[in-house]
Amino acid sequence: MSDSTANAATQKLRFYQKGTFTVGNRLVPDAERSVQASIDRSNALTCGHRACQGCGEALGARYAMDVAMRVTRGNLIAVNATGCLEVFTTPYPETSWQMPWLHSLFGNAAAVATGVAAAMRVKSRPEVRVIAQGGDGGTTDIGFGCLSGMFERNDDVLYICYDNEGYMNTGVQRSSATPPTARTATTPAMGPEPGNVFGTGKSLPRIAVAHGIPYVATATVADLHDLERKVSKAMGIHGARYIHIHVPCPLGWGSASHDTIRLARLAVECGLFPVFEAEHGAVTNSRKIRRPVPVDEYLKPQRRFAHLFKDAAGAKRLAHLQAIADHNIVEYKLLGQEEGA
Amino acid sequence: MLKQVEGSHSTAEAIALCRPEVICAYPITPQTHIVEGLGEMVKKGDLKNCEFINVESEFAALSVAIGASAAGARAYTATASQGLLFMAEAVYNAAGLGLPIVMTLGNRAIGAPINIWNDHSDAMSMRDAGWLQLFAESNQDSIDLHIQAFRLAEELSMPVMVCVDGFILTHAVERVDMPAQADVDAYLPPYEPVQVLDPMDPISIGAMVGPDAFTEVRFLQHYKQTLALRLIPEFAAEFKMRFGRDTGGLLRAYRAEDAEMLVVAMGSINGTIKDAIDEMRADGFSIGLVTIVSFRPFPTESLRRVLAGRKHVVVIEKSFAVGMGGQLANNVDLALRNTPAAPQVHSVVAGLGGRSITRASLHRVFRRAIAQPWEGAHFLDLNEEIIGKELHHVRKVRRSGPTAENLLRRLDQAAQSTAAE
Repeated sequence: MSDSTANAATQKLRFYQKGTFTVGNRLVPDAERSVQASIDRSNALTCGHRACQGCGEALGARYAMDVAMRVTRGNLIAVNATGCLEVFTTPYPETSWQMPWLHSLFGNAAAVATGVAAAMRVKSRPEVRVIAQGGDGGTTDIGFGCLSGMFERNDDVLYICYDNEGYMNTGVQRSSATPPTARTATTPAMGPEPGNVFGTGKSLPRIAVAHGIPYVATATVADLHDLERKVSKAMGIHGARYIHIHVPCPLGWGSASHDTIRLARLAVECGLFPVFEAEHGAVTNSRKIRRPVPVDEYLKPQRRFAHLFKDAAGAKRLAHLQAIADHNIVEYKLLGQEEGA
Repeated sequence: MLKQVEGSHSTAEAIALCRPEVICAYPITPQTHIVEGLGEMVKKGDLKNCEFINVESEFAALSVAIGASAAGARAYTATASQGLLFMAEAVYNAAGLGLPIVMTLGNRAIGAPINIWNDHSDAMSMRDAGWLQLFAESNQDSIDLHIQAFRLAEELSMPVMVCVDGFILTHAVERVDMPAQADVDAYLPPYEPVQVLDPMDPISIGAMVGPDAFTEVRFLQHYKQTLALRLIPEFAAEFKMRFGRDTGGLLRAYRAEDAEMLVVAMGSINGTIKDAIDEMRADGFSIGLVTIVSFRPFPTESLRRVLAGRKHVVVIEKSFAVGMGGQLANNVDLALRNTPAAPQVHSVVAGLGGRSITRASLHRVFRRAIAQPWEGAHFLDLNEEIIGKELHHVRKVRRSGPTAENLLRRLDQAAQSTAAE
């Protein structure tokens, strides 16, 4: 019996996390522990960077990269779109990346990654894998053309989008991933339709699924084991892969830094952010909601939605958002028993 | 080996001889035949160890080349006109990152009005992007300059654009001498990057640089171009030793020794200019030619030396900066700055959007430079009649309509009335 299982045996009753979706490292067998629990983790995105306190993107990127580094035994190259992640990790002459890393432009990360992958093929280094990463602006808006091109050519690239629902690096402007009613610098909370308007925006995970690529998944920093499992799975597949990670942004959302994980979890549990997997164009699996909550619970702690809680008009918009969440719950079968649970 | 082939095809064969490892292709006239030719070679297996990637835009084409080059592969792409503008952000980025990508530019006008024919507006739009820009006079030049371009790019770790006049060269069937693979291999060693993405030695490329070091980064970029001023003639001399042809270099002079008037030009038009010069020399007119091969870096010193002591310099160029005048003329002026007894510079804008530049027009303009010198840019063979009519119409009617369509209608009317006569 290893030390960890001995620990699990002794701590089983004292910790709530066992069997839940949270990290709970001390309570699970070695093989299932997070890469972050290992002293051998690569720290691909190491400490000392300039991200804000409670940054969801920094957390997501750290977990995603370290698990990808483990799966590839360090044979990994990252291409980064312009954005928060690029800026806070590489203020000249410092870098937080302990892996080969290239930043070219805002809108071309997917294409640059295609070029890196092509170079690895031609140089006969099939063991070296490529990840492209960017925020939702660099992915769903300005980088969308290059991303779609990379998908349809089925290039051997995993693209990770860290979705914080807006252009946070430039000062919180609306992107096509900004949810309806959210207040941003370019969708102020005023006028007959305060905040971002209903009926706009796009779901990039669905668009990625429509490309029929080998693997698409959504993930969240509220469930880092699931995130690691998905990145790990994606790195075991060749061809174009896409993972869309929901990452709260305290600055842009007007939320407390210590609420990042809680908000990410509430986004899943209210149904606004469905967590699912798809292979070759079909959804294969979704994470079930453990404790359903109304959207209010997720929206209320965020100042960008404050106007929804002021009057009757706000209540109507809340009902509309609840309807969107309810639709997701049906469409992605978010209620019921976890498969294999 | 001597052969008679289309310019695009001979250029494609030359690229293949350089053993590119990643080629990104997006179609745009008149460059398309080059990447088509390369695609065929890769598919047939004639060009081995090469990834040919069909991308969704020129922006992606150069971005794929950026990734490939940063990961240590010899990368190539080709474009023209609107395509170059669409990739503009990546053009600057490739230069700023110091990536030795080689790109063919099948020179073509920029719209609106949309125009697929040749001029140099596209190359001029990126003249300050940090790429070396070499201009081919013939399809033989195109072959030779591409081979030298890879050598230059990889020695300096900076990108090179080889400018080949659209249609006039790309679609012309000419006799060329295709180098042997063994000679090209001996001239162009495998790509040894100065910076590379490698898990064995992880580095970050493309970090943000603030005011504390940005000027120095830019200065070093400029410094590398000044190094190119020395390397370009050096590599051209080495090329001549191995291949026996005097191609490349910064500039080339033709019948210039004793000439009182020197013409300065770039690209395929030099052939016509040489013919005009031969004819005028026969008439006792003291005239010669300086062909600019390297527009970036601009050979300021060499040009000053060759222009010194002449009476007249006529700059013929297929591009101009709206509101200012010819860019090449402006650069020539700069080369003559603070020169005692500098020659008089005459700027001629010609051949825009594919208009033919005839020997007769050249004769007239060279003589006119002495007899009736002009200020600013002279537009060769400008149809002043329809311009007058259009300006009159615009003054009279506020909602006067789109300029391009109005001019076409007037040309049509003029043609019909001529036919009726």
